[in-house]
Amino acid sequence: MQTRNAGHFIHIFSRLLFLLVLMPAVSCSNPEAGSTLTIKGSTTVLPAVQVGAEVFMNRNPGVDVSVQGGGSGVGIASLIDRTTQIAASSREIRAEEIERARAAGVHPHETIIAMDGIAVAVNPSNPVDNLATEQIRDIYTGKVSNWQELGGPDCEIVVISRDTSSGTFEAFEKLALEGRKVRPDALVTASNQVVNTTVAQTPGAIGYLGYGYISGRVKAVGVDGVRPSGETIRTGSYPLSRPLYLYTDGKPAGEVKRYIDFLTREEGQRLVQEQGFIPLRQGGRYSGQWHGPSGLASGDQAGLSKCLSSKRKGHLRRGRPLIEKRPRRVS
Amino acid sequence: MRHFRETIYKRVFTILAFASLLFLTGIVLTLFVEAYPFLVSHDISRTLFGLYWYPTYDPPEFGMLPLITASFVVTLGAMVVCIPIGVGTALFLHELASASQRAVLKPLIEILAGIPSIIFGFFGMIIVAPFIQGLLDIPVGLNAFTASLVLGIMATPTVASLTEDAVSFVPRSFREASLALGATRWQTLIRVVVPAAGSGISTAIILGIGRAVGETMVVLMVAGGAAVIPGSVFDPVRPMTATIAAEMGEAVMGSPHYNALFAIGLTLFFITLAINIVAEIISRRFRLKLGLGR
Repeated sequence: MQTRNAGHFIHIFSRLLFLLVLMPAVSCSNPEAGSTLTIKGSTTVLPAVQVGAEVFMNRNPGVDVSVQGGGSGVGIASLIDRTTQIAASSREIRAEEIERARAAGVHPHETIIAMDGIAVAVNPSNPVDNLATEQIRDIYTGKVSNWQELGGPDCEIVVISRDTSSGTFEAFEKLALEGRKVRPDALVTASNQVVNTTVAQTPGAIGYLGYGYISGRVKAVGVDGVRPSGETIRTGSYPLSRPLYLYTDGKPAGEVKRYIDFLTREEGQRLVQEQGFIPLRQGGRYSGQWHGPSGLASGDQAGLSKCLSSKRKGHLRRGRPLIEKRPRRVS
Repeated sequence: MRHFRETIYKRVFTILAFASLLFLTGIVLTLFVEAYPFLVSHDISRTLFGLYWYPTYDPPEFGMLPLITASFVVTLGAMVVCIPIGVGTALFLHELASASQRAVLKPLIEILAGIPSIIFGFFGMIIVAPFIQGLLDIPVGLNAFTASLVLGIMATPTVASLTEDAVSFVPRSFREASLALGATRWQTLIRVVVPAAGSGISTAIILGIGRAVGETMVVLMVAGGAAVIPGSVFDPVRPMTATIAAEMGEAVMGSPHYNALFAIGLTLFFITLAINIVAEIISRRFRLKLGLGR
């Protein structure tokens, strides 16, 4: 009786062991080719890389491309500790990161895959169509806090920024703010989409986001008189434009090279363009549209009049007693 | 042979039981190790009471006071929402609800408890924030008030079901004695049942607080994210959890910013630890008062 029990036990145990041995073999979906490519990094670059990866995988059934977000910093850190082969970044690699990489025996190699413009977006109800870089800087540093000072309605500016470590923030800070600090009471959001949603919902809002993320629900204003468009971003005449990078360990080789070549050549560039980015070379007309004043001639006047009627300036100012802050209903 | 099996079972379950201890030690150690470089190179009081959070500028500023204040404000607001609703729901379920009402309400509350926080966050951002903005005519709907509201709704099921459990553990004899003495149902509920269940109710509330303090997704999406000490509940705020979640992804590993985020994590850990200790003290005091001490 006892021996049989023990035998039973051993039998189950051996089965478990067998399963454990078998599992990795089963989980690998492509045991024959087994070639996997991992790309990690900036959520700005992600859509371009993702679409490229899908088409690339269709063309090359043996290759499995896995794309992960996390941010530019995460991508580069993963490249350094060799958990990804390609790091996607919306900013140039920093000196300290290159140092860390060298120490770990990794030699980052840079490839530019597309250009991205940072659009400055306001609510469609806002009549302001153009801002100078200087005005944008004044808004973000807190020097200007009412749209009236910029030729708009008497409406408080709700400043929307991105978290200070996002690639988009970094580019915006460098291109528009020239290193000056964003007013501390600016709203900080975690993604391009949230900026889009918040600007669309808030009459007095201003935000910045990747050109590819501009939707019809917000209005992109011109900067220094230049409208954001494929042409102006590629040529750099639009002031807030930047390149998007892929980093690899050493010069790309093997599957990595094939993927990057695919992405930077004609077909890949078309896919990149479909995601709202600007291809490197001039290839056909840019299909994206500019959601400027022409498209939104009338605007959402309801939102605007609401802002006008409130007359509650300095709402976000600090240090006022709570009771005074009790909002009045507007008739 | 049987003895051998017994030993194996015992060992296995001992290991499993101590696994959580292992994880706790691992987490606390990681927090300390990663926060250490920051703590030794920065003045702690200037960090805790600093007013500006500019982690990526040169020179960086790591003032955590706005973040800590934001966490407190939002949690406090959430409590104002979830304690009355949660405890009220529990008392209704226990005292007044008919069997059919209970049969509908209880599972519904449990479903509410099971909704992932990102859904709450999404709901808060798309529905609640614009509604509050329009209703109160404020510049922006993503603020401490909205975050408190959504967090409060989220913590309500925790408070409600734990309070309900606590109330139902009150011995029948207590209630019967009270009613036999001529007390009304209201008097019985407030003067006998609730105090008797006090330890359980306070545990429920504190677990609710715990959920609100540590909640990340909702505050990241709904609180607005401005790192300033709010002048009113209608100002956008940036709680500690949201800061870690938003910035960890992009911080350079091993940089002061990265370590500072771990320092925030450590602060958060101490805050929740304090909450748990307070919970333990309160529930013990209640037990002793009622003569239910163990």
